[in-house]
Amino acid sequence: MTLPQIFFAYFAITITGLSLLVVTRRNPVHGVLWMLVLFIHVAVLYLFLNADFLAAVQIIVYAGAVLVLFLIVIMLLDIRKEESERRFNWTWPAGLLAFAAFMVFFIAILRDFQVFPGPGQYSIEFIKSQGNMMTVGKVLYGQYLLPFEIASLILLVAIIGAVVLVKKRAE
Amino acid sequence: MVPLSWYIMLSAVVFSIGVLGFVTRRNLIIVFLSIELMLNSVNISLAAFSHYLQSMTGQILVFLVIAVAAAEAAIGLAILIAFYKNKPTIMADEISFMKG
Repeated sequence: MTLPQIFFAYFAITITGLSLLVVTRRNPVHGVLWMLVLFIHVAVLYLFLNADFLAAVQIIVYAGAVLVLFLIVIMLLDIRKEESERRFNWTWPAGLLAFAAFMVFFIAILRDFQVFPGPGQYSIEFIKSQGNMMTVGKVLYGQYLLPFEIASLILLVAIIGAVVLVKKRAE
Repeated sequence: MVPLSWYIMLSAVVFSIGVLGFVTRRNLIIVFLSIELMLNSVNISLAAFSHYLQSMTGQILVFLVIAVAAAEAAIGLAILIAFYKNKPTIMADEISFMKG
């Protein structure tokens, strides 16, 4: 194995193990903290893929905003008494079945998986000469301007929706 | 050079683990974490395709998925808090008002 493959193997095994830890820990705070480690590993994986901007966004948005939101909600709810109860739903056999079916399905599909190296415009040399941020920005504000605006609208709806859902009703 | 199929296999495995957590766990916070796990696994495969096909579309899609995931987490956790005011539990199988 070459050096990049050894790096990738480390990250793949660690990410798989961390995701198993996330879905099996009893205490949700532990789950959130393992998720933080997982997000950092995924960000490094983005750096392997020459996506610097995405690595930064992954750290800032996921680790910085979403997980802190999870921790604040755990703080607001009284979960102390729930920790001693059982962890899994009575539907866990269905979950295991779905897991096994997904694995068989994916392995069957991906066993003879090939990619046709597309004649894409954005080769590594091109991105390096322009800078990753500038390349992403030009595509995002040019070709994908409308989806970008719709994403901002979705975030606005989320802000208003969260406030409306949680605020006290005026009697 | 790492083959593309390795990234896709990693993405598939993490997605399956997310499905497992989503269906089996009782704690709704862990259920939301499982959704985030699934979205992250899809992001890995999108970024890998973007790199190997030398196209920028995958990275833009990852960016949009992250925006939607943030919105989903905010709304989902707000619903959780609103529910907790009615009935102080966050266990999925105790939320059975519509069972008839």
